[in-house]
Amino acid sequence: MSECRILFSKTGTARYISHLDLMRTMQRVFIRAGLALKHTEGFNPHPCMTFALPLSVGSGSVCELMDTVLLEDVPFESVPALLNAAMPAGIEVLQAYAPSRKFRELFWLDTQTTLVYDAGVPEGGPEALEALFARQELIINKKSKRGYGDVDIAPCIYSARLERTGENTLTLYARLTAQTPAMNPENLVNAIRQKLPALAPDFAGHQRLEVYDKLMNIFR
Amino acid sequence: MRKELERILPRVQKPARYTGGEYNQVVKDKAQVSLRIAFCFPDTYEIGMSNLGMRILYGVFNAMDGVWCERVFAPWGDMEDEMRRAGIPLYALESGDDVRNFDIIAFTLGYEMAYTEVLNMLDLAGVPVRSADRKDSDPLVIAGGTCAYNPEPMADFIDLFLLGEGEEQCRELAELCMAAKQEKTDRGALLQKASQIGGAYVPTAYTPAYHEDGTLKSVTAAPGYPETVKKRIVADFDRSYFPEKMIVPSTEIVHDRVVLELFRGCIRGCRFCQAGYVYRPVRTRAPERLVRQGIDALKNSGYEEVTLSSLSTSDYKPLNGLCDGLLDWCEPRKVSLSLPSLRADNFSMDLMQRVQKVRKSGLTFAPEAGSQRLRDVINKNVTEEELLNTCRIAFEGGWNTIKLYFMLGLPTETDEDVVAIAELANKVLWTWKQHAANKSRGVRITVSTSCFVPKPHTPFQWEAQVTMEEYMRRVELLRSSMRARAVTYNWHAADTSLIEAVLARGDRRVGAVIEEVWRRGGRLDSWSDYFSFDRWMQAFEACGVDPAFYANRTRSCGELLPWDMFSVGVRRDYLEKERQTAYAGVITPDCRVRCSGCGAAALREGGCKDV
Repeated sequence: MSECRILFSKTGTARYISHLDLMRTMQRVFIRAGLALKHTEGFNPHPCMTFALPLSVGSGSVCELMDTVLLEDVPFESVPALLNAAMPAGIEVLQAYAPSRKFRELFWLDTQTTLVYDAGVPEGGPEALEALFARQELIINKKSKRGYGDVDIAPCIYSARLERTGENTLTLYARLTAQTPAMNPENLVNAIRQKLPALAPDFAGHQRLEVYDKLMNIFR
Repeated sequence: MRKELERILPRVQKPARYTGGEYNQVVKDKAQVSLRIAFCFPDTYEIGMSNLGMRILYGVFNAMDGVWCERVFAPWGDMEDEMRRAGIPLYALESGDDVRNFDIIAFTLGYEMAYTEVLNMLDLAGVPVRSADRKDSDPLVIAGGTCAYNPEPMADFIDLFLLGEGEEQCRELAELCMAAKQEKTDRGALLQKASQIGGAYVPTAYTPAYHEDGTLKSVTAAPGYPETVKKRIVADFDRSYFPEKMIVPSTEIVHDRVVLELFRGCIRGCRFCQAGYVYRPVRTRAPERLVRQGIDALKNSGYEEVTLSSLSTSDYKPLNGLCDGLLDWCEPRKVSLSLPSLRADNFSMDLMQRVQKVRKSGLTFAPEAGSQRLRDVINKNVTEEELLNTCRIAFEGGWNTIKLYFMLGLPTETDEDVVAIAELANKVLWTWKQHAANKSRGVRITVSTSCFVPKPHTPFQWEAQVTMEEYMRRVELLRSSMRARAVTYNWHAADTSLIEAVLARGDRRVGAVIEEVWRRGGRLDSWSDYFSFDRWMQAFEACGVDPAFYANRTRSCGELLPWDMFSVGVRRDYLEKERQTAYAGVITPDCRVRCSGCGAAALREGGCKDV
């Protein structure tokens, strides 16, 4: 038996696979790849699989992490190819290795958000948005389990930078808290909608770029 | 994936249904493809992807060089609204290409209530719904499936129907279409040629005439078209195609498991059951082959459940050996085996325990009628003793959830027959009290009733459906007869059953109603979320069509029926004889006990040797 951590990307059509469906899909991928997983020993056994940070439906990522336990010892370097041959389109395993750190050490997350303006990027947009995300306090109305409430998201934003990437697009690069509390980049777009409605984009798409520990070292 | 979709997918429920990209989907190089087929399932992805027939034909088409068959499902209402708003026409999942640019649009018609969605999908694709309005440059619209055994209600919308099992005729049609494309044959000539394929029906080549009382007088075939269209079957079912490399959806579907088809046809001859007549004769697949196919499909898919599917699974002679073979492989890998549609008579403890070894679920039986008299009328040859005996075995084995399915409104049903359902449920409860392994867990007995829908090609094809009022009276009668708290009674509403009855035995004039319902906003009618009885009633009114004429009228044996020109292999006079035998309350033994000479044996060499 060996603990195994998988680094994978989830892009293209696979962005629309929900977290629950991803768990089901991964379970089947391992079976197809011929890699038997350890199962829980409860009344209704299911394979041991832990995902570091659940990803919203529609968002892409090139830095997803998943832990599992392989029943047989397989050389880790052979695992990505075995899994990738059994994957649906859009999911690619980049690395497999023995984990040395716990997921709870995850702290920061780099995201990339593409803001699309059908009528062209508004004048002064990038500067105004950077100023918005640099505020000491940024209270937005946000839906939680207990309904809507006001939350200050400023402490969750370490940095935010904007780049004009086309006639109609801005790209927002942000470093956000990965967990406790987790910060969904969609909240950045919500903040724009609520605070600077004139700069609200017609469409926004998100992608995760990298994960870090508290000291901002890349987490693996 | 198209760019416009990125905008709308985040807003719709379960977007993974609309993207394609699943493991084992077939993607071909367009440059190498000369015929493109959009296989359309007129219901949602979750339902359509659970359909074994679609998986088989997808594999059959894609095994052909030069043919690329892709999947298309009905979008749920939220997605359809977004697509229409964004101007995105219906597209195929594999390529994302517009369905209207395909050569063939193929629909599978498994349920009458999907008819309005067929029109809706054609419209969403940007293709005129009526064949008469389509040009040679439009795709050829074809349809098959169980409902095609009476294609008349959909005759105005479909260019060509394929009756029977599609494995061989689909290939023949694809070859014909490829040749026609190369030779630039026009649509009329193509259809004429296609009509020579066994089981093919070209509605425009047939003209119906009616008597003054509304009944059918005659159907005239154009010169060169067959008078009778006879369904096709796969003669060698044992070796016929099975999708071992099945597509594995990335989102949950209804039947999310490997499905093994043990045999086609059924030996039983229940008189209400259309499938029991139209899928004759019985043809089986060898257990060794099934075990191998099951294991391969499990390995290729990663599924952790396999189910055995056929009309009456427990009638498969080598069932024990098959289960052993599968379980030998499944058990150490924590893969479970499930058995649907068990008959109460030959269900054995042994079999149950084998299946139970991995995971345990509830038991479902369909006695269909409460009294022995009525069960004899419908030829459901299950006795009360057998049912209770099976329940005893199940309760002793620790099962405590039993579902019982019945129909109300069966021919000759009396109030005593209705009340007998409650009595039967009480006897099941009593059996539990006497034999339960562990009474502290309690027992749940669920009784469900639905309204009987007489279907074409069965001995009850001439019968009247009871009215909705009468059905509800019988529901009330049954409900007031149910006293035990452990017994739950659910009944299905009769409004859908009435529409089903009209569509199932409709003629060409019903097509106008289907179109009118769709024009008034009807879609996804098989879902209670969308079905509107009022809309159907308004459409009947607007079209001057009386639903009672089709649903609640007893036909005389002399009447020409809209589906008489379609042969499923069973002779009409045999059905008439069975109808009389039903009235006499006499059972017809199953095909294993004695051949009743229905006629289906003539459909292939070797006839019913597999029985």
